[in-house]
Amino acid sequence: MKDVAYDIVIIGSGAGGGTVAQELAPMCSDGVRIAVLEKGPRLRDSDFSGREVDMAQVLYEDGGGFLTADGSMTLAMGRGYGGSTIVYTGTSIAAPERVIRNWNVSGLSFDEVQRRTNKFIDENNVHLLPEDEINENNQLFVKGCRRLGYRVEQFPVNVKGCLGSSLCNLGCPNQAKQGTHRVQLPNAERGGVEVITRCEVLRLDGRNVVARVDGRAAGGVGEPSPWAPGEYRIQAKVIVVCGGAVNSPALLLRSNLQASLPRLGHGFTCHPALILVGEHNKPITNFVGHPKSYYLDQFVQSDGFILETCMYFPFTTAKSLSGFGEDHAAFMRVFPNLQMILLLACDHVEPDNRIAIDRQGRPVVHYRFTPEVKRSLTQGTITAAKIFFAAGARRVHVPAASNPTVTSDYADSVDQIVDETYFRPGSVTVSAAHLQGGCGMGLTVADSVTDSHGRVHGVPWLFVADASLFPDSIEINPYLTIMALADRVAQHIRQEARTLLGGGVTHA
Amino acid sequence: MSTSVLGSLRPVFRAIASVVVPEADRFDDAAWGELESLVEESLATRPAALLRQIRLLLRVIEWLPVLRFGRRFSSLDAPTRTQVLAGLQNSRIDRLRVGFWGLRTLVMLGYYGRPAGGESIGYKPSARGWEALG
Repeated sequence: MKDVAYDIVIIGSGAGGGTVAQELAPMCSDGVRIAVLEKGPRLRDSDFSGREVDMAQVLYEDGGGFLTADGSMTLAMGRGYGGSTIVYTGTSIAAPERVIRNWNVSGLSFDEVQRRTNKFIDENNVHLLPEDEINENNQLFVKGCRRLGYRVEQFPVNVKGCLGSSLCNLGCPNQAKQGTHRVQLPNAERGGVEVITRCEVLRLDGRNVVARVDGRAAGGVGEPSPWAPGEYRIQAKVIVVCGGAVNSPALLLRSNLQASLPRLGHGFTCHPALILVGEHNKPITNFVGHPKSYYLDQFVQSDGFILETCMYFPFTTAKSLSGFGEDHAAFMRVFPNLQMILLLACDHVEPDNRIAIDRQGRPVVHYRFTPEVKRSLTQGTITAAKIFFAAGARRVHVPAASNPTVTSDYADSVDQIVDETYFRPGSVTVSAAHLQGGCGMGLTVADSVTDSHGRVHGVPWLFVADASLFPDSIEINPYLTIMALADRVAQHIRQEARTLLGGGVTHA
Repeated sequence: MSTSVLGSLRPVFRAIASVVVPEADRFDDAAWGELESLVEESLATRPAALLRQIRLLLRVIEWLPVLRFGRRFSSLDAPTRTQVLAGLQNSRIDRLRVGFWGLRTLVMLGYYGRPAGGESIGYKPSARGWEALG
């Protein structure tokens, strides 16, 4: 095992880790040594091939097929230089005031979250796409919503020079999406932060980070790690864990911190999602143009769901349709005619939904659909079907039904056709992104893992700065809020630099 | 030691795949090879216990029909194969349902994950996006 030493080690390079790296980078000019350890590879621009299975293998944990313990849901977790910001669609929504107020974290105000969010709205080029760049898949969603009297909204997105490849979820081949891989991490590196890719953190041993650098090329693409393959013990004065809502709690569990942190791994939540499909009589522009330009959130408080436009790739679409054989293939054969809507249920913290680890220390996600989530998915499916039909679809696929194909003749009966009992393991393909919680913020070890600055209770040199801090569902796409919280964590570390790092370091 | 998950279970896997995606019934050996290599690659880093479960499920699907139809799955005609798989899909036993869902997902990964699978349904993405439309 090789020994190296840094002052600050940041684990993970996504919305949380990338932001912390940038915000701490000015300390490098005072001689502070900072390293970011990232499990995935750094891809060259030419590596973004847009090939679904190849890119998923490289950029997602388990190729995008990470399963919950009972196999009822897959979880999408990005990895690589930039983490999940490589593979999101760049949709940029600020946290609603009621969500931050309901979190009720002492010391964390909505005004502060909003102020920090606005900083990254500017920094990451968040704006509305012009009308002439909106494809028909998105236009039809707007048309359907407006015919039904729904309040449809346009997503601000963080792109620069978007050509409309529609390949966002496989990593933008044109480097248009302004994730941390394009903005914060390059800034951090210019400031002196080192980013070590292909470096998987195995456990924390006190202030030593035990990690393994993989010499193999994931999927044969990407740059090699700057470090030679092998195991490393990295001594640090401050450690900031930013591995996301599954990997951060799992790392702390592997590091035997659960005895002093009874809430560790608890409070996990996510947005269980269905990909819904409507078929039109003729081809529409769907796999060209930004895939996610509009959303409908007027039902979030009454029925617990959000609808968003989306466009997925052949395999992801195929697995999302229920059933198999001729009926299934009939939808796939008319791929250019398909309109898609993503239905997100806004789940809330439940006592049994949590992160654990298996004997090998791998994360295990215990998650069951609550009756409320099943109702949200049911109501959301019905609403989406109505939007498809109002937009002119000839038939719609509703996955939770004995016969998932509903033709427009039966549009008025869709309420009776969608069947809540199908939301059971193995019957409907439910995937979740926006994973949250597991190291929630709060006041004491009885209700949380960290304080409102992300400092782990009882461990003054250990911080968390990612979506695992969320004490409950964010109810929207989370990355801006993750960045806002990471910014807050980083500022606190700078303010306490003298105590944390010793010597004459001051960087408030 | 072979690292193949499908190995000697390829015949039953292909029989299942041909029902899940009917177009696969017309595959030649090269197309099957492409589909199966995508499946194998996607499983290469998964836990050994999961791979054992997949192999066990393939064996169960191959032999279960003997009890009812007197023949192995790979020897059944297409409608009967469909009937068997629909039974698994709608099973009251969670593990069977989830297992079949996983198998079905692997077949779809192999079929639609091939560039030819996407092209066959009119999916022709381009990094140039709008420019490529002309």
